[in-house]
Amino acid sequence: MEQYDVIVIGGGPAGLAAAISAHENGAKTLLIEREARLGGMLKQCIHDGFGLARFGERLAGPEYVERFIDRFRALGIEAQTRTFVTRVERHEAGFTVVTVNQDGLTRYDTKTLILATGCRERTAKQVSIHGTRPAGVFTAGTAQHFTNLLGVLPTKKCVILGSGDIGLIMARRLTLEGAQVLGVYEAKPTPSGLTRNIHQCLHDYDIPLHLSHTVTRVFGQDRLTGVEIAAVDDDMKPIPGTEQRLACDALIVSVGLIPENELAESLHVPLDPRTNGPVCDGQLMTEVPGVFSCGNALHVNDLVDYVSASGEEAGRNAAHYAQRTRDEIVLGASENFQYLVPQRLDRGADNSAVTVYFRSRDVLGRCRVTLTVDGREVWSKQYPFLRPPEMQQLTLDFGSFGIADAASAQFEIEVEA
Amino acid sequence: MKELVCIGCPRGCQLKIEKNNRGEWVVTGNTCKRGEAFAISEMTAPKRTICSVVKTAFPETPVLPVRVSADIPKERIFDVMAQLRTVTVTERIGRGDVVIPNVLGLGVDIIATSNILRT
Repeated sequence: MEQYDVIVIGGGPAGLAAAISAHENGAKTLLIEREARLGGMLKQCIHDGFGLARFGERLAGPEYVERFIDRFRALGIEAQTRTFVTRVERHEAGFTVVTVNQDGLTRYDTKTLILATGCRERTAKQVSIHGTRPAGVFTAGTAQHFTNLLGVLPTKKCVILGSGDIGLIMARRLTLEGAQVLGVYEAKPTPSGLTRNIHQCLHDYDIPLHLSHTVTRVFGQDRLTGVEIAAVDDDMKPIPGTEQRLACDALIVSVGLIPENELAESLHVPLDPRTNGPVCDGQLMTEVPGVFSCGNALHVNDLVDYVSASGEEAGRNAAHYAQRTRDEIVLGASENFQYLVPQRLDRGADNSAVTVYFRSRDVLGRCRVTLTVDGREVWSKQYPFLRPPEMQQLTLDFGSFGIADAASAQFEIEVEA
Repeated sequence: MKELVCIGCPRGCQLKIEKNNRGEWVVTGNTCKRGEAFAISEMTAPKRTICSVVKTAFPETPVLPVRVSADIPKERIFDVMAQLRTVTVTERIGRGDVVIPNVLGLGVDIIATSNILRT
């Protein structure tokens, strides 16, 4: 049986960056991808705006990810594509990954595992819409797959539910291809997607955005013929009497992304209910020693540049992994954070450059984010505003905060009056 | 005074732009130079990037992703889209290769953004 230092599961931007970084740090590395081609979701994200932070260029999705694929190939890193991981077994020296593909079942032994399995779209069934089950109800990602990979326009006239970024991108994309987008309906009082996407995808094309509205019912037998829209109250419950019927042939849902962690759960990796991803330390190692997490499996990012960066971090740390007992403290975050990653710090690790990612729970004006260690404020930063769709990222030297001897560490957001 | 949201990067800065008494544009709210350039361009000659796909002659890869090599005037977006519909790629071209040179005389090329036909 083949023995590896690092096995990366998932060949999207996180997994590619993780495998390249593990290999460059001297690890014998294997990447496993279930699709025929590497690149993950970026294969179908043909719009531009990727790589601004990393390359200083506005690249289309395929351009961005193919730079990593080219590098991956040039380094001669092993990859198994069209290969599905069915099971991971944990034992004292590491893990055995069981895969299935056209050649049948294969077992690979590895010291460490990097879970780069990305995220999945929440579907229409998960937002309880009443009515029949006609064709024409798609997630935004499915509509994107049809339009950008298959070259098939999935609608002539549609309604978009949810203001997530993929939904906004698809509103523009479908409009460019000649479809009519009647409107984007968002149950929350504020948009879910990036502000710039509201402007460049909706305002530029005069596509209306209806906040505090939702789709309550779909109509049609074989194919969708219409949807019912209603205003919602502060608890996001439809308000009786506000229903309105719109004729359309498709409903496109963009109602959120959920980190994919079935394999992590099978290994009993504890998840954080705030991120839906694994609880991890400053080295992106989960609570199960030797199992690392990165990219959108760890938490849903809004920029692929951050996904790649977390992949590289996980790859480097997995390559240098040595079994030892961790000495962890909780890295706390007050209630007004939607989440903060990492959730733990290993006091015995090198914490001189730990990347911290966070989102606020609500839209906040001028505020100050602080870090308190053992009751003493050791760091703070001013923000002109914090918005949940726009993730914040910073690198902190926890070593300089005396974290090695600390008993508690807590982040807070203080909103200025 | 006009308020704008910068689309230069995901930060989404809220910009304000107005002319001072010397007739010069004054931009506030930006955190980098791109924001200033964007606001002035929005007031004078708005430009956008456009990304799409073109048909190919290869059944296993029916479309090839493309984009403009530089921003084009916002009001020409649908004219460029119409040009893209007239094209069928018959060679296995790759990332960065020109699909339509100097599209509609705008001084920018339509270029492929993927090596998908070569892999």
